[in-house]
Amino acid sequence: MFKAIDTGKQRKVITLRVEGHDVCAYEGDTLAIALLNADVVVFRRTPVSGQSRAPLCLMGICFDCLVEVDGRQNVQACMLEVQPGMQVCLQKGARRPEEVA
Amino acid sequence: MSEAFTHDLIVIGAGPAGMSAAITAASIGMKTALLDEQPRAGGQIYRNVSEVGPKIGALLGQDYLHGRPLVDKLSRSAAEVRHGVLVWDVNRDLAITAMQEGRSFQLRAPQLIAATGALERASPIPGWTLPGVMNAGAAQIALKSSASIPAGPIVLAGGGPLLLLVACQLLDAGATIAGIVETAPRANRWAAIRHLPAALGAPSYLVKGLKMVRRLRAAGIPWFTQATELVIEGRECAQALRFHSAGRECRLEAGIVLLHHGVIPNTQLSRLLRTEHVWDTKQLAWAPRVDGWGQTSLSGFRIAGDGASIAGALAAENSGAIAAIGAAFALGHLDSVERDQRSSAARRDLARQLSIRPFLDTLYRPPEWINKPADATVVCRCEEVTAGRVREMARLGCQGPNQTKFLSRCGMGPCQGRICGGVVTQVLAEALGKPPAEIGSYRIRAPLKPIPMESLAALSHTQFKGNNP
Amino acid sequence: MTNAITESDTLVVGGGVVGMSLAYGLARAGDRVRVLDEGDNSFRAARGNFGLVWVQGKGLGAPAYARWSLTGASRWPAFAAELMERTGVDVELSQIGGLTMCLENSELADRANGMRQLRNEIGRHYPFELLDHEGVRKLVPQIGPDVVGAIFSPLDGHLNPLRLLRALVQGFESLGGLTSSNVHVESIAHRNGKFQVTAGGARHEAGRLVLAAGLGNRELAPLVGLSAPVKPNRGQIVVTERMQPFLKHPTAHVRQTGEGVVQIGDSKEDVGMDDGTTIEQLSRIAERATRFFPLLAGVNIVRTWGALRVMSPDGLPIYQASTQHPGAFVVTCHSGVTLAAQHAGPLVDWIRGGAMPDDTTGFNAERFGHVQSH
Repeated sequence: MFKAIDTGKQRKVITLRVEGHDVCAYEGDTLAIALLNADVVVFRRTPVSGQSRAPLCLMGICFDCLVEVDGRQNVQACMLEVQPGMQVCLQKGARRPEEVA
Repeated sequence: MSEAFTHDLIVIGAGPAGMSAAITAASIGMKTALLDEQPRAGGQIYRNVSEVGPKIGALLGQDYLHGRPLVDKLSRSAAEVRHGVLVWDVNRDLAITAMQEGRSFQLRAPQLIAATGALERASPIPGWTLPGVMNAGAAQIALKSSASIPAGPIVLAGGGPLLLLVACQLLDAGATIAGIVETAPRANRWAAIRHLPAALGAPSYLVKGLKMVRRLRAAGIPWFTQATELVIEGRECAQALRFHSAGRECRLEAGIVLLHHGVIPNTQLSRLLRTEHVWDTKQLAWAPRVDGWGQTSLSGFRIAGDGASIAGALAAENSGAIAAIGAAFALGHLDSVERDQRSSAARRDLARQLSIRPFLDTLYRPPEWINKPADATVVCRCEEVTAGRVREMARLGCQGPNQTKFLSRCGMGPCQGRICGGVVTQVLAEALGKPPAEIGSYRIRAPLKPIPMESLAALSHTQFKGNNP
Repeated sequence: MTNAITESDTLVVGGGVVGMSLAYGLARAGDRVRVLDEGDNSFRAARGNFGLVWVQGKGLGAPAYARWSLTGASRWPAFAAELMERTGVDVELSQIGGLTMCLENSELADRANGMRQLRNEIGRHYPFELLDHEGVRKLVPQIGPDVVGAIFSPLDGHLNPLRLLRALVQGFESLGGLTSSNVHVESIAHRNGKFQVTAGGARHEAGRLVLAAGLGNRELAPLVGLSAPVKPNRGQIVVTERMQPFLKHPTAHVRQTGEGVVQIGDSKEDVGMDDGTTIEQLSRIAERATRFFPLLAGVNIVRTWGALRVMSPDGLPIYQASTQHPGAFVVTCHSGVTLAAQHAGPLVDWIRGGAMPDDTTGFNAERFGHVQSH
């Protein structure tokens, strides 16, 4: 969907795991943009009807960029910056109740 | 009894209004805190301006780079700046509950300035919920914060200064623009001409606008005007934009469709606090009632910048300073002579910025049809409630958005009506034959954005007094 | 202002769950009915409703009310089926039993004693179980270690209050019922056997007048020689994002709706006409919720709100016919959902000239010292 253009500066590349695949991202990018740059088309399926959604606003207002990050569900991808080794998957429908240790 | 004051002034939002307010307040000697959700100052308009490199900076232009010295000044000021902070509740005593890294805490000052800016008006057209459909502002954020652009063909649709600006910036960044589809009705041009003389008080705006048009025309981008019947095609994601223009049905293929019909004030906080609002019939949006010092109908609570009324970044910088000066006077840090002296330059500059507004508001008034979505079009994206459902609620006897919300779940999702609120008010206004001002808006409740249960639960171990609205 | 005059058999003031249950029942019985309802921002207990169809614990020391609630719950399945048939709206009634969970042994003991007392007083089959932690866990595997036990009643249940109101409104309209919305009652007169109510600039006439305006009844009742000394009691609610289903039994303070949203309500405050929220109460509610269900800790809260219960001095309903102005009635209670079928059925029969239903004859304002004039 998106691609990074040359900024004339050196940018540090880190690796995330997205739906089980390695994905490269630039340090400092929000997760939403990193996913868009990695050609992720669908970020979530809605809890109401399972409709496919992806970011609308990229500024924390639309709540369409919700994904699961490091086991935390319904996280706004546009509001956090990528970290090396981040584990990301689609938010598939409503939150799953989780076992508590 | 109320929580003790932690500061003289708290500012929410680190865009131009907030930064300017904090800088001004600190320079007057007020103990000031500035709270912002993002990791760096700049708001959306100056997003990432302190980090961006020369190449991208040049691409984004001088108007954007103007934010850099402001960010620098903020960092050198005595204001306490806290990033990554979500303000999720404020009560009528101005006690703030905010969350940082999952932990909630409370702050309070006798003066509060909200500088939470604007958000893009919703453009509810068929297919607008498909992946690949984004606000024009979102593409600009991707460019500013990550030097990223859509990889394939883009269609930009709608109207407003941001639409053409984003088109130019994307073009300069090497993007492929499949077409620009303007929706402003012809009548806007004629109506706007009346305001042209006043607009000449800020000629640079007009010059910039004309330059952008020339640049885009010279690039040979397919251009369509007075477009109607916009529909985004695609099943799992956007594939094309279909529309009518100049008497013909047209179709532009693109995987990214950028929509924009102007920006409207973000009134979540001002409505949470139940301050007075008016329905601005020029900007077609709710606007909080504020006086010349940003003071709302709730004593001590001021609003500066686009959160009060859309006037742009430079105006916001001025109104932020003015609000801080107003707060300083209210607290007795300045007498009225000092207050007027300190604010006079900002007021003059603000007047210049405001002189272009009638022209822009008229030229870029959204088409009537954008607030009359077809029955099958989703208006509440969170709960997937259609315009037809909202109209059905009106027929059932709902008199406003709150009854509509209760009976249909429209507005019950996490965005709390940021996206659908304006549209629902207007759909109900038409269905009930009453002006939007009489229809009203959603009752806003804490948390302003969703927070984890444990973050709220943890606060039970603190002492509290005071009521929320 | 208009000089419009409307004419009905019965006017119902109040379009909440109580008002609409009565209006629906009246229309179903053949009356021409008009509902007078306020606007979008009025206090509406219906909007704050938890949706519980609840029996356990009700009517301690007041067996008539305990019986009235019991019968109310038992009439629900037929009523839900009728609403579904007539309007196509499924109110999502589920009556598989409910729990009042306790975090303190003393609370559990008190409740158990209360239930035993109720059982002795009620004179009817009154099933319940006192469960210990393990007993609760069998029904609700996700409870936290702090839950010491619960009272389980197989008669308890819940439904979707939003859908209930919609069903009542749609059903009412399909039966020819009319509603004047966004109006406030300005005056009530009684001449020649007809009530004349001015509201919203129009005059509404009817032979019968039913006041079901919740907290508004306090001001309206005296206008027809009655008394409804109700006061607001605030409950604050915490609402989560949608979750996949995990909690099928309603519990007194935590329930999961058909949409998957978890609602939590656990407070009673005497703060006047204030439906705001406080961090003090909300944080307490959230903290208890995470003790009941630890899995809620990481779940997002999407909304909180306050709503005002309509409370009489003893918490029991006020159902009364006016002697000074025959044909005028006051109906108020704070369990509008549990009693909806009763309101639509037996209470409507009473309003239309029948006898007061068994168990309701004591629900008058005389018990508070009011004396009706003749």
